[in-house]
Amino acid sequence: MTLMRKYFWRGIFWILIAGGAWSTFVRFYYGLGASTNLSDQFPWGIWIGFDILCGVGLAAGGFTLAAIVHIFNIKSFHAIVRPAILTAFLGYLLVVVALMFDLGRPYRIWHPIIMWNPRSVMFEVGWCVTLYTTVLFLEFLPAVLERFKLRKAQAVLKNVMLPIIIAGVILSTLHQSSLGSLFLIFPNKLHPLWYTSMLPVLFYVSAIATGLAMTIFESWHSSKAFGRQLEYSLICKLSRILAVVISVYMALRFLDLIHRGALSTLNQPGMERWLFGLEIVLMAVPMLMFFREKTRENPHSVYLGAVLFLLGFVTNRLNMSTTALEASSGVKYFPKWTELAVTLAIIAAGFAIFRFAVHYLPIFEDEHAHEEEQRDSPAHDLPVLATAKGD
Amino acid sequence: MARALLYDSTLCVGCRQCESACSTRWKLPYDDKIAAEEKTSAHKLTTIRTYGERFSRKLCMHCQDPACASVCPVAALRKTAAGPVVYEADRCMGCRYCMAACPFQVPSYEWNARLPLVRKCDFCSDRVPTNGPTRCSEECPTGASITGERSQLIAEAKKRIAEKPTEYYQKIYGIEEVGGTSVLVLSAVPFEQIGYNTKVEKSALPQYTWNALQHIPDVVVMGTVLMGGVYWISHRKEQVAKEEGRQ
Repeated sequence: MTLMRKYFWRGIFWILIAGGAWSTFVRFYYGLGASTNLSDQFPWGIWIGFDILCGVGLAAGGFTLAAIVHIFNIKSFHAIVRPAILTAFLGYLLVVVALMFDLGRPYRIWHPIIMWNPRSVMFEVGWCVTLYTTVLFLEFLPAVLERFKLRKAQAVLKNVMLPIIIAGVILSTLHQSSLGSLFLIFPNKLHPLWYTSMLPVLFYVSAIATGLAMTIFESWHSSKAFGRQLEYSLICKLSRILAVVISVYMALRFLDLIHRGALSTLNQPGMERWLFGLEIVLMAVPMLMFFREKTRENPHSVYLGAVLFLLGFVTNRLNMSTTALEASSGVKYFPKWTELAVTLAIIAAGFAIFRFAVHYLPIFEDEHAHEEEQRDSPAHDLPVLATAKGD
Repeated sequence: MARALLYDSTLCVGCRQCESACSTRWKLPYDDKIAAEEKTSAHKLTTIRTYGERFSRKLCMHCQDPACASVCPVAALRKTAAGPVVYEADRCMGCRYCMAACPFQVPSYEWNARLPLVRKCDFCSDRVPTNGPTRCSEECPTGASITGERSQLIAEAKKRIAEKPTEYYQKIYGIEEVGGTSVLVLSAVPFEQIGYNTKVEKSALPQYTWNALQHIPDVVVMGTVLMGGVYWISHRKEQVAKEEGRQ
């Protein structure tokens, strides 16, 4: 039975990779016209809307967890920082790969480094993402150094880790919010249910929530895949924080809609209001779920809630980049199968590389070592003390 | 000192001489089939559009403060002091933000090219140094398109409206649209009836993104102070505990 399952997932994986490989050929040999449904009226599709907007958001767990553990010093989450940073690092690398597909001339991707336009949001996002990917590499490096027992390099890196982590949080704050600012230039193109000067704030808060939800998602899967128990208590704790962050986001979203009087557009026919509704429901339901103690006590329900929220987040970003722009563009856009195939192959590659890295590098803390450490400490109720000694 | 173009749609007879003149500028093919395509694209940078008995012309509006130039991450698009918004192809990496941002849906992409570029009217920028007219206005047999100084063309347009108030809609398109454009349009009917977007903002678009971008230095400073402060406080407990343990 498990063998069947294994082959089933392997089969799916190779089908996705094969579809992606063929689409890659079509994209780079025949061009964007042959491989996408994009047009002069609709120049951005799901490679921007999903691969970039969602990809960067789904990788927000790296900076969220790094801040919770290393800045706010909430040590109990220590065990899931590394997997979160690995997810983020992989996420950003895959975002860059996806960008290479979308750019008309991908070999010029380095141009913003020397050709500046500080008035451009895209310029700022480009710089932040480049720098932050470097930061993530440095945050991820200790796992590699540990694996190959490079003690000296480990010690050097440890001394500069604090500024690196602070830089990571700031760079993330800047580009997570700036992805929303990208859309500020469309005051007349974006549907009023989505266009607001608050976009950078909304993007930032929803990215934090997504980072937390993604951490729950990935911890649950690693627990299942590697038969680990440690994460269960942590993901239940995370869901409490997530409930608060989602409610902050919802409050901001609705206050803004009410202040702008945008809710009246719900009377207008069209698919916008339904997709807006879908986005809101997919975020409100998990929020309400996480406020119930019964949900928080059950890892399965927490996982389900996290998945719902992630779907809500993806719906929001896709709405931003496609639904909200369709009416003003005058054309309909639905991705070509090659666009979907590239996106799915990138996701599949992400899962595979994560599995590979977890297998070969010390990503998860040794549970037994952790337990021993706790047993050794005289004051069980002072976890801060115990881990401080461990340092 | 800014060059501009005045298109008086009441004088336009739809002969499409401007389209064919434009194709010579870009060495693009031009035939009856392309003439019949009433939309701009990578192989047709200006077009005449038919609305019953009326005609209207579409070309890059050469905004005073263009959204395309402000959003371009590599500054491939630039508003020149002389008026034209020009495109430096060697910089372009093909993100297509200019196309998404343009309020008039002007920039086109070479979708079928393996290594595509953006295509748009550049106001015959090769002729700007000599103050020459654009090819389209040079070839226009009725004087519907004329090139000149922006302020003089606005004066001319106002004069035409004042002299024949019954023949003109009492507005000039391009004076306040997105903060002003270097292409000005006159019409006999409200502009939206002949294909011009009258719902565009009345102020320049780059300000909308700049309102957010200008806060970046503040975020960096405040973020560093906050993070450093929180770190200091949150790790102090530990330090105290450590020292107490030592005593």
